[in-house]
Amino acid sequence: MDARVRLPLGLGEVAVWQALGLLAIVALFALYPVIDRNIGHVSAVADAGYFLLLVFGLNIVVGFAGLLDLGYAAFFAIGAYTYAMVASTQFNLHLNFWPMLIGSACVAALFGVILGFPTLRLRGDYLAIVTLGFGEIVPQVFLNLDKYTGGPNGISNVDQPVFFGHAFGFNPVPYYYLYLVVALISLVLLNNLRRSRLGRAWMAIREDELAATHMGVNPVTTKLLAFAMGASFAGLAGCIYAAKLTLISPDEFNFSVSVTILSAIVLGGMGSLLGAFIGGLLLALLNFMVLPQVTNWTHALGTALHNEAIQNADLHYIIYGLILVLVMLFRPEGLISNASRRAELHHGQPATSAAAAGVE
Amino acid sequence: MAIFLQQLINGIAQGGMYALIALGYTMVYGIVELINFAHGDVFTLGSFLCIAILALLGVSASGQIIAGWQGALIALLVVVLAALLCGVIGVLIERFAYRRLRNAPRLAPLITAIGVSFLLQGVMRNWKGPSEISFPQFLPNPTFAFGGVHIDLRELLVVIVSILMMVALQFFIYNTKLGKAMRASAQDRDAASLMGINVNTTIAWTFFIGSALAGVAGFISGMYFGTTMFTNGYQAGLKAFTAAVLGGIGNIAGAMLGGFLIGIVEAMTAQYISDQWTNVVVFSILVLILVLRPSGLLGEQLPEKV
Repeated sequence: MDARVRLPLGLGEVAVWQALGLLAIVALFALYPVIDRNIGHVSAVADAGYFLLLVFGLNIVVGFAGLLDLGYAAFFAIGAYTYAMVASTQFNLHLNFWPMLIGSACVAALFGVILGFPTLRLRGDYLAIVTLGFGEIVPQVFLNLDKYTGGPNGISNVDQPVFFGHAFGFNPVPYYYLYLVVALISLVLLNNLRRSRLGRAWMAIREDELAATHMGVNPVTTKLLAFAMGASFAGLAGCIYAAKLTLISPDEFNFSVSVTILSAIVLGGMGSLLGAFIGGLLLALLNFMVLPQVTNWTHALGTALHNEAIQNADLHYIIYGLILVLVMLFRPEGLISNASRRAELHHGQPATSAAAAGVE
Repeated sequence: MAIFLQQLINGIAQGGMYALIALGYTMVYGIVELINFAHGDVFTLGSFLCIAILALLGVSASGQIIAGWQGALIALLVVVLAALLCGVIGVLIERFAYRRLRNAPRLAPLITAIGVSFLLQGVMRNWKGPSEISFPQFLPNPTFAFGGVHIDLRELLVVIVSILMMVALQFFIYNTKLGKAMRASAQDRDAASLMGINVNTTIAWTFFIGSALAGVAGFISGMYFGTTMFTNGYQAGLKAFTAAVLGGIGNIAGAMLGGFLIGIVEAMTAQYISDQWTNVVVFSILVLILVLRPSGLLGEQLPEKV
């Protein structure tokens, strides 16, 4: 019965147990704030929401279209600053959150096109380094234009959303549900997008740009649409992020954000939506919940043993780095990979010579 | 004019460091086509190792000056040991994090490189703490004046060491058997192995030399700036990688040109615009150059492989 409900959304034909499983997972996410009354946990899982949106967006650019983008956090910054500038005491503009959700996505998409344009001729790692350059330029511009952006202090007192008279405030639960709804809509949209004419064009470009061009795919519009749509997700994420945190500053959007998003995609399994979802969720929970907890434990252990070295130890990045290395060593295709994906990733790529053409 | 020349010298000194680090990026990229994100952290590790070796030798950050041949000997010993240790670490990283993934999808080794980078940063953070640490300034630092321009020994040291290293590397690559093996493996790994070249050993040597150069850069950067920090490798690595790409990645002369160019642009931006905008200017120039010459300044314009 639920399979029938899903069909109009383009989720395809699935067995009843799969449909039930999907429903159970969605229900688990929907009920999570009711099950876990710990506000800190709910807040951390809500923060996984913005991370997931970023992963979905970058997955369009890197996973679907095969364009290696190492500066994706720039669009996240653009989205966050767009909302923070028009909905705070910065200019005493207090535009409504809900239209600005779309507004931030549109501004980020516009910048996706502007920054994507000069990269169209570049291939592979040259593209990567130019996007990395944009990732460095954008936060520094926000840092330096202190008249408009508050400089190193950023923008504080960002307006919080109000939903039909119900103010979100600092309670993480409404943000959790907002992220959940946006993420679910995004998943359904992306699932359809991937199989659409545009989605197939992206994959054709990813596999062989030259062949795709000769088959009638326009590489300019196809790539620019990938940059624009990818960036729009970062715009959405940035807008909600700024509203939840109520303050943003330029150093939150550095290179490590970009590489963490990229790691989630590769870890989950390139180009696969389920992989992006699982990789994003795992890395978000690891970074927002598990590893900070490990730091607390080592601190407590050090206090108990009166050992200052253990007390001050910070294993966060050691463990995180080890996990990235080990997962990649033992599952180079990512956690979610099926036979067809493996074939797709290796297709036309001689086993020994890394292709000159780029990401593939 | 004096200010311009002074900034030019500062830029060349800073650029020499970028160039040394860029050599490691470009050599590794040339042979395995991997952006080795851990390379910048190997450079910082080089600074950390120098501090540890100096401490073992009884030289601390107390400001004691060791003049004459003793100072020179200590400097030489420290830089050689740090280079060797960094080289070994580079080889270990390649062996354990990259070798298995040589034929995997291209992004897999990129992610392990990022993982190794985080790991090294975490280790250094726990080793020396999360804040800036000072690097012992044990060499005397006389200043030489030429007209209105002042050059001190440290700046001279940076420039001389980096140029010496590059000349030596260039000689090594073009005049030794191992250098020839590296160039052959970079061109075509299969053909090279059919010609009797042990590709694994050649790649290991490439990592050794690149990482040893990063160790040397770690020493001269410590001497030049007087401080280091566990996150330093990120910015330095980023600039060095940019230098490598700017010059045409895989091209040794290009990496040097790119390094000096970025150092000079940074110094000039800081002088004539504002030091807040250096990154914006550097990366904007990078974008412009790559848009006009998509393979970098000295890179070959390869026809697309079909």
